[in-house]
Amino acid sequence: MTNITNSLYTIRFFDMAARKGTFIHRIHPVAKLLAAITYILVASSFGKYDIIPLLPLVFYPVVLLAVGDIPVMPVAKRMLLAGPFIAGMGILNPLFDHGVFYVGGVSIGAGWIACMSLIIKGALTVMSALLLIAITGMDKTAQALRMLKVPRAFVLQLLLTYRYISVLMEETARVLTAYNLRASARKGSGKGVKKNAWGSLAGQLLLRTLGRAERVHGAMLMRGFNGEYNTGELAPMNIKDIAYLAIWVLFFAAVRIYNIPALIGLLITGVL
Amino acid sequence: MHMADTLISPAVGGIMWAASVGAIAYSIKKTGDDLEQKKIPIMGVMGAFVFAAQMINFSIPMTGSSGHIGGGMLLSILLGPYAGFLTMASILAIQALFFADGGLLAFGCNVFNMGFYTCFVAYQLIYRRIIHRGFSAGRIFTASMLTAVIGLQLGSFSVVLQTLFSGKTELPFAAFTLMMQPIHLAIGIVEGLITSAVVVFIWKARPEIVERSAQGEPIGNVSVKRVVAALAAAVVITGGMLSWFASSYPDGLEWSVFNTNGNSEIESSGEVHTTMSDIQSKTAFLPDYGFKVPEEEAQQGAEGGGERWPSVNAGTSVSGLVGGVMTLALAALSGLAIALIKRGKKAGAA
Repeated sequence: MTNITNSLYTIRFFDMAARKGTFIHRIHPVAKLLAAITYILVASSFGKYDIIPLLPLVFYPVVLLAVGDIPVMPVAKRMLLAGPFIAGMGILNPLFDHGVFYVGGVSIGAGWIACMSLIIKGALTVMSALLLIAITGMDKTAQALRMLKVPRAFVLQLLLTYRYISVLMEETARVLTAYNLRASARKGSGKGVKKNAWGSLAGQLLLRTLGRAERVHGAMLMRGFNGEYNTGELAPMNIKDIAYLAIWVLFFAAVRIYNIPALIGLLITGVL
Repeated sequence: MHMADTLISPAVGGIMWAASVGAIAYSIKKTGDDLEQKKIPIMGVMGAFVFAAQMINFSIPMTGSSGHIGGGMLLSILLGPYAGFLTMASILAIQALFFADGGLLAFGCNVFNMGFYTCFVAYQLIYRRIIHRGFSAGRIFTASMLTAVIGLQLGSFSVVLQTLFSGKTELPFAAFTLMMQPIHLAIGIVEGLITSAVVVFIWKARPEIVERSAQGEPIGNVSVKRVVAALAAAVVITGGMLSWFASSYPDGLEWSVFNTNGNSEIESSGEVHTTMSDIQSKTAFLPDYGFKVPEEEAQQGAEGGGERWPSVNAGTSVSGLVGGVMTLALAALSGLAIALIKRGKKAGAA
């Protein structure tokens, strides 16, 4: 139940965030999409013991959050929810990796370093995907996919699925509330659907869904649906959009090739 | 079972993307015109249904715990394998974008692990064959159960392989497999039970929905061989290109090298690719935490450090740490500065 409510909230949060009109929201969606993909590729290309060299990548989400006026907490919360699997995989590293690093005279298990690196990379990549949708929105992301020659049928399907998720989640939430009020598995616990209702509860919902799908299709045909979901044409990228993409790509490349924090560190420790 | 970006390397991610894009393109071709006119709204709404249905907790008798459906099976049973696969791919895309379940780089892996094995392999080879002899509650149960269990076993084994080939984590193959397969056996059984309960209910209430989709295409026409051949070609081509690209970075191969002789340094410094030697030498001097420092200092650090690890020594790692802290501080400061400037502008405008 709370699951459904939370998910509905998440989708609405990203919808609202994408409707803002900041500088970054006005950048061409193709430029934002390509920058995000490059970012993820660069972040995941770092080795398993890399921590320090990938830290400058933090700039990207920080800048997007700040310029895009995106509230930090909801995004961070969503990120934490995705955490357990990554943390679970990370925490197994110290068990199997018995190497030792010596950092400034202190020895640290290589497994812990790998674990840390995994978690940081996880946070960065998850954050960038969430921020892409927060500053672009689903409709514009779909337009960008069309411009990048993703087949129309797939993009259309994606958009319709997205459109109906909130409708069906609300319906599911209502069905579950009704079920929990009348026939909970354990007294008052509402902990799940009993086995004898597995088929009928989900099945009824499914039948209603199919009925709805047919009505939706009928309504679409009545309004002249011919296989195209009209979202309007996107203007071609202008100089500002190209600059946005180029700056980020150059920055990511620099981070990948040079160990920037070490350069800064050497500068500081050298001066001191 | 969602694969995360952090666990895979760009090479593995790229190969799986290629394979999944191939399967998506093939599915679009197979569904053809039917797709755009009639099926798309149904697929869209069904995708949303699975999304919502994944959040229903089904309590598992006698265990005190609850399970939920993955949905790949249900989609291929109700929509047919191709439309089912496409719908699954779009669900996974939305999960990656909005819910951080699986990443964008890992999207190819996830589509393959959760869509391909259920819709193309398990559905075609098991469900179709059992149902071919006619519908009955028993056959639907057996078919759903076997398909769900086998689909999930293949999917989770695929997760193990993708993780190992990426080399981002130090789990031994055997231990990881022993951990993943039994867990997914249990998940598969639950998925099979729920799926069969739903499909049997639908079949009893509206038999034509289940039967029509099963008859959608005669078995003879489904060319699994062609899909596999096309995928194999895509994988070999991108795999070849990407691994060549990846090998220019020392850490791309660190895992395999480290595992074969327990020391990543000898191999990675010896493996200089002539054509990429510029980039290689640059990255080889700046790997992990290390940094280009005067030769003497580096040697001293290494001698004092006991067991040698690639380019890590006291002198350089301290400056690395200082630099790391500075980088993070700078990032935080720049974020704050942008926010403050924006707030100032807003106040000024008001």
